[in-house]
Amino acid sequence: MQPILEMRGITKTFPGVNALSDVDINVRPAEILAVVGENGAGKSTLMKVLSGVYPHGTYSGGIYYEGVERKFNKISDSEDLGIIIIHQELALVPLLSIAENIFLGHEPAKLGVINWFEAFARTKELLKKVGLNEHPNTLITNLGTGKQQLVEIAKALNKKVKLLILDEPTSSLNETDSNALLALLMEFREQGISSIMISHKLNEISKVADRITVLRDGMTVDTLDCHAEKISEDRIIKAMVGRELTDRFPPRNAKIGEPIFEVKNWSCYHPLHADRQMIKNVDLHVKRGEVVGIAGLMGAGRTELAMSIFGRSYGQKISGNILINGKPVDVSTIPKAMDAGLAYATEDRKTYGLVLIDHIKHNITLANLDGVAKYSVVDDLVELAVANKYRRDLGIRCSSVFQTTVNLSGGNQQKVVLSKWLFSGPDVLILDEPTRGIDVGAKYEIYGIINQLAEAGKAVIVISSEMAELLGVADRIYVMNEGKFVAEMPAKEASQEKIMRAIMKSWGKAND
Amino acid sequence: MTDISTPQVKPDFMRFVRSNIRDYALLLSLLAIMVFFQFNTHGTLFRPVNMTNILLQNSYIVVMALGMLLVIVAGHIDLSVGSVSGFIGALAAVLMTGTSPNPDLFTIPKFDFVTASIICLGVGAAIGAIQGYFIAYYKIPAFIVTLAGMLIFKGLALSVLGGASVGPLPATFQLLSTGFLTDVFDVQLLGAPFNLLALLIGTLITAALIYFNFKERRSQLQHGLAEEPEAIFYGRNLLIAVALIGFSFIMGQYKGLPNVLIVMFALIALFVFITTRTTFGRRIYAMGGNEKAAKLSGVNTERLTFWIFTIMGALAALGGLIFAARLNVATPKAGAGFELEVIAACFIGGAAVTGGVGKIVGAVIGAFIIGVMNNGMSIMGIGIDWQFVIKGAVLLFAVFLDVKFKNRG
Ligand SMILES: Nc1ncnc2c1ncn2[C@@H]1O[C@H](COP(=O)(O)OP(=O)(O)OP(=O)(O)O)[C@@H](O)[C@H]1O
Ligand SMILES: [Mg+2]
Repeated sequence: MQPILEMRGITKTFPGVNALSDVDINVRPAEILAVVGENGAGKSTLMKVLSGVYPHGTYSGGIYYEGVERKFNKISDSEDLGIIIIHQELALVPLLSIAENIFLGHEPAKLGVINWFEAFARTKELLKKVGLNEHPNTLITNLGTGKQQLVEIAKALNKKVKLLILDEPTSSLNETDSNALLALLMEFREQGISSIMISHKLNEISKVADRITVLRDGMTVDTLDCHAEKISEDRIIKAMVGRELTDRFPPRNAKIGEPIFEVKNWSCYHPLHADRQMIKNVDLHVKRGEVVGIAGLMGAGRTELAMSIFGRSYGQKISGNILINGKPVDVSTIPKAMDAGLAYATEDRKTYGLVLIDHIKHNITLANLDGVAKYSVVDDLVELAVANKYRRDLGIRCSSVFQTTVNLSGGNQQKVVLSKWLFSGPDVLILDEPTRGIDVGAKYEIYGIINQLAEAGKAVIVISSEMAELLGVADRIYVMNEGKFVAEMPAKEASQEKIMRAIMKSWGKAND
Repeated sequence: MTDISTPQVKPDFMRFVRSNIRDYALLLSLLAIMVFFQFNTHGTLFRPVNMTNILLQNSYIVVMALGMLLVIVAGHIDLSVGSVSGFIGALAAVLMTGTSPNPDLFTIPKFDFVTASIICLGVGAAIGAIQGYFIAYYKIPAFIVTLAGMLIFKGLALSVLGGASVGPLPATFQLLSTGFLTDVFDVQLLGAPFNLLALLIGTLITAALIYFNFKERRSQLQHGLAEEPEAIFYGRNLLIAVALIGFSFIMGQYKGLPNVLIVMFALIALFVFITTRTTFGRRIYAMGGNEKAAKLSGVNTERLTFWIFTIMGALAALGGLIFAARLNVATPKAGAGFELEVIAACFIGGAAVTGGVGKIVGAVIGAFIIGVMNNGMSIMGIGIDWQFVIKGAVLLFAVFLDVKFKNRG
């Protein structure tokens, strides 16, 4: 069968980095091609080349789409031909409505006057197609990430998509939303639309992909055909990292001691709507050497809980007590919380995690500048040594620690955020989706670091939407829903079904 | 552990030049502008008297630009610095001469110039602190707060002076702007007296600068960090040496080094140090780059903002004192429009409107680009009207180049 897309011999270099060297991929009509590879392997870059983000001439090699060589100079060139990309970081305007976002730049208009009736009608149609039950007038800010993702896809459909590119579409979705999205992709396949999907979630890939192309260090190492043979996850991992990875989680032998971190009767209200209670009388404790997980669906209030604890960086009318080593501590501002030994690594690395215009070294030391300074004067060499240590320990893929973080691949940005908080030397570390967008190999390293911290007698709290991850790293799991803790279970006795059941049972009861 | 060696392209000459093009372009522009005016003023520009003049005329702009750079890097702006410096100049004149704006109602004792200056700097810092307080803790945009400040202090300057000019100021105070370091030698050069002290100090500063540069280079080499190609490093040091020694030689042919130049150099050195080496400076860049991330990393962004504006206030006051001392009189119009030159200096010097980017040295060079243009155009007899037009165009062009280079990444 004639492929709909072929990319041949693509090479792309950035100052100091060869992001892609001589990469070939092809996509057949009506198929789902998965592209996998470690963080920094070049997946996003390849898709940016394809969609015209990097214009013709800034890379070498050829793009053949529908049998013709194409030279895209800008994104709209590829969009016009039905190639639509949905980037790793969503690009919707938060304060505009769904309809406005879908039609942004393509408003149905006569003489510059927008025909909103038509826009609404078509939005409704599109939303139905992607299975999103929302009014076209709803503002994007009021939607969860999963729904925003669907709006992006509706937007793509509106542009008569023939080849849909999704860069880590499910990385911030929970199980249910992910499944809905995958089902949608399969439906598109029935209709003859091809998709390229980049993901680090191998189980999803096994579920939907027709073929899998594996990149490593900017080169195509393999293309696996899922219909010719049964492809196991281990087989994919081996191609990705170039070696066997026997366990997904490092072994753990927890020595659990007395409680060192306690949150008592914690409540907090929405920052703008003073009558909307976001966190409802939460009690939580972590013992020395213990890793505690918080499970829940998107919007359960886990991030809000963590941020309200961490120096009241979220919400208002916050009440409750925090105890460290049995003694009440003041965590009312971020510096005070940090002094008390708290650290919170955010899930939103671009908005809250990184100074994107600055380089890796400065980002890593930002939360603990005094740790590399004497009398408030920064010692450059000490700082450099620190940055290089974390680069090594976490395997941050970069040309040097002087690389600007905006130019790092998504997963490597995440590692910089983690490094920053590890360097702050906390006693209580709250990790919010610590492995979002991180490849399997690096996940293993991060779990290893979590174990080390716990073994060193620190308290670690892991918030994650991936239940398998929580079951693998945590000793004890709290289940959160609608701002409340609805269940607590030792990880040994927990299972995905048990967690889901606890959530389901609590629906509607949370407001009693 | 996963292998982290990314395929590296060897650092080379052109790549280094390209990644630092903004800095070179700035310096070369200053040189080009100087050469241009040197020709078009028939050699007047580089004359010792004129060089001294350019320095004196710009000292207060440079001083204020130091603070403004912090403000802009932090992601704010301060429109009030002109009015504040005018107000402080007025206050200084009133205190030093003991002139009451309304003698029927109250009298003002006459202060000696040291006490008066200290009071003035304190008042300036307090003004900055108040503005900073509203900006930092009440989150009122700096644009609004300092626009209000601009109006308020313009009014207060008028009121303090009772609408008239107040002067003359004590002779010792004037020395701040009109005095020179007294020569200890008695040397003649080509039949004219030559200030050897100026040349000596210039040479010493050059030697110290080059010593530190080499020391840093050595430590960079030891740690495999030296990105700068050898040729550029030596070229840069040579240029510094030629410029500084040449400059002090020129200054020596007139009256030597002005007092205000010493103040200015000390402040520049201090602010370069603060911005590049201290945690305080580092936090300013982080806050300007991403305030939310800085805050979540434990940076006390409110307090930082507050201090930045306090510093700005004190520097605006110092600028006002220097200007008053230079004119030997405080006029109601003093300080008008300074904020524009100060802000322009920072942006020409490469600071970004969005915050997080900018260098002290850039702002200083930016200030001198404007200063040399002012001076050169005046000598050429270009009217004040066209001077504004040309300066505006230069500002736009500089920022245009910035944006263009950035987009090419
Ligand atoms: N604008 C840029 N300037 C310099 N280097 C860049 C730039 N963009 C990407 N890179 C580098 O190119 C390499 C490939 O990055 P890319 O984003 O394609 O990785 P990825 O496979 O998508 O990784 P992830 O799974 O973490 O998202 C990385 O080493 C990255 O640092
Ligand atoms: Mg990517």
